[in-house]
Amino acid sequence: MNEVDLSVKIGKLKLKNPILLASGTVGYGNEISDFIDLNILGGIITKSISLNPRKGNKPQRIVETSSGMLNAIGLANVGLESFINDKIPFLSKYDVPIICNIAASTIEEYVECVKALNEYDTIKAFEINVSCPNVKDGGLQFGNNISIVAKITELVRINSDKVVIIKLSPNVSYISEFAKVCKENGADAVTAINTLVGTAFNINTRKPKLSNVYGGLSGPAIKPIALAKVLEIHQTVDIPIIGVGGIMNWQDVVEFMIAGASAVQLGTLNFIDPTASINILNNLKKYCSENYLKEISQLTGTYILE
Amino acid sequence: MFITQAPVVDLIEIQEGIYLQKLESPEIANKILPGQFLNIKVNDSVTPLLRRPFSICDIEDDYLHILFNIYGEGTKILSQKKRGDYVNIMGPLGKGFIFNDEFDLAVFVAGGLGAAPFPLLYKYLHSKKNIISFIGGKSKSEIIKYKFINYSIATEDGSEGFKGNVVELFENEIKNFLEKKIKVFACGPNGMLKALSKSIKNFNQIGYNIICEISTESVMACGFGICQGCPIQDSKNENRFYLVCKDGPIFNINDIIL
Repeated sequence: MNEVDLSVKIGKLKLKNPILLASGTVGYGNEISDFIDLNILGGIITKSISLNPRKGNKPQRIVETSSGMLNAIGLANVGLESFINDKIPFLSKYDVPIICNIAASTIEEYVECVKALNEYDTIKAFEINVSCPNVKDGGLQFGNNISIVAKITELVRINSDKVVIIKLSPNVSYISEFAKVCKENGADAVTAINTLVGTAFNINTRKPKLSNVYGGLSGPAIKPIALAKVLEIHQTVDIPIIGVGGIMNWQDVVEFMIAGASAVQLGTLNFIDPTASINILNNLKKYCSENYLKEISQLTGTYILE
Repeated sequence: MFITQAPVVDLIEIQEGIYLQKLESPEIANKILPGQFLNIKVNDSVTPLLRRPFSICDIEDDYLHILFNIYGEGTKILSQKKRGDYVNIMGPLGKGFIFNDEFDLAVFVAGGLGAAPFPLLYKYLHSKKNIISFIGGKSKSEIIKYKFINYSIATEDGSEGFKGNVVELFENEIKNFLEKKIKVFACGPNGMLKALSKSIKNFNQIGYNIICEISTESVMACGFGICQGCPIQDSKNENRFYLVCKDGPIFNINDIIL
């Protein structure tokens, strides 16, 4: 069996394989490094960083649902300064591309974060979170507004020479229209999808289970939706897509790539099995080999629609 | 920390609706300490999706013991496991009880299934310290005496022991021991932990120095600090939450606000 080339490209960013760990499911890398060698991964996307530290929402923040989970963490994070001083030194020890996810309440805040982080070589790309459903300011207000997404993309592009990825919200009618303005304004890629807005009630108290009332639905329950959004973008816009939503195994990764993803992110799966990528990578090699693919990148967008 | 496929060695219904399950995992059994927990995936399916956290109840050679009732789908599946079936365990997780600090008398306060962590803690303490225990529940059927020695019981309906809640019983009885240096270890429902914390703070306000550590619980997705799903308020910094899974689940009552 010849060695399969698992490497993929997202703009100018070369990844040794298409498996990334999604923002908010890997912290800043240190906890998950107790379980796996981070160097085997295609990349890591940090917990969203905001200009100032955010405490996050009160409990309860998590609800398990049918084949999925709702979370309303509220972008709890250490803030830009502590990320630079405490987290980047740890992450720089690894030979794995670090993609820094940025969240903000104002357009200016995105720019300020990008400017401050642009000088750090450890960070290879920015993933701009314009679609967090769990905060009152910014978040989805941005993700649902096409001209604001365009503006944020444009300003991030102007202020950074790194790869720029925009993480899109699925809570819109046509996600491809958003992908299109991202491309037009200089984004290198889009991530599809962020979580879907959902809620759950306690039937005895009649109160919402989440303190924030609404949360973001993730896990296998959302995979068909995520696949449809990836396909829609792939059919409409010529931009690399990073697929994410409910991936639980290597077959799901293959499915996302067939639907148009150049790379994928594992999210909720990290909570259940932080070592899952080891098995996924082995099986992806096997699949490629059995299907006469020398390079896994050949798989992207190979759907056959009759 | 380990993630391991562990065979079920035994499942005993120690009293109606309360199960003791023994799981074989030498690597975790060698490391886990009282108050720490395991996060268990009960099957390979996506229903239930997430792991379920369980306090370590006891260790016997290579075997981990957990204690549970049937609360939802996860525990129902666990209760149907047979000898030789496997579950996937992550552990040891969290910070356990501190038991090598200075005190003369250990006081265990357990409410319902909050009895779970005490057998292992007892093993670490009994040769060095005097131990008394208070066990509470709504009624007799909720009282779990498993491996407790030298205990008093409180039931809210009076069906066994003192009629009232376990914190009232604690307050009545502890007065006989106040000349000693006391450390309280508690596990139980949130209401019980709140009342107990208040009671101990009252004693300490009038000049006593009772130390108290409690085992907290929370819904959580991962159990090791990445999902950020299990915040608990830091009492000394209003802008900060601790995480139950990583900074706890054992906390000194002075460090958190329940």
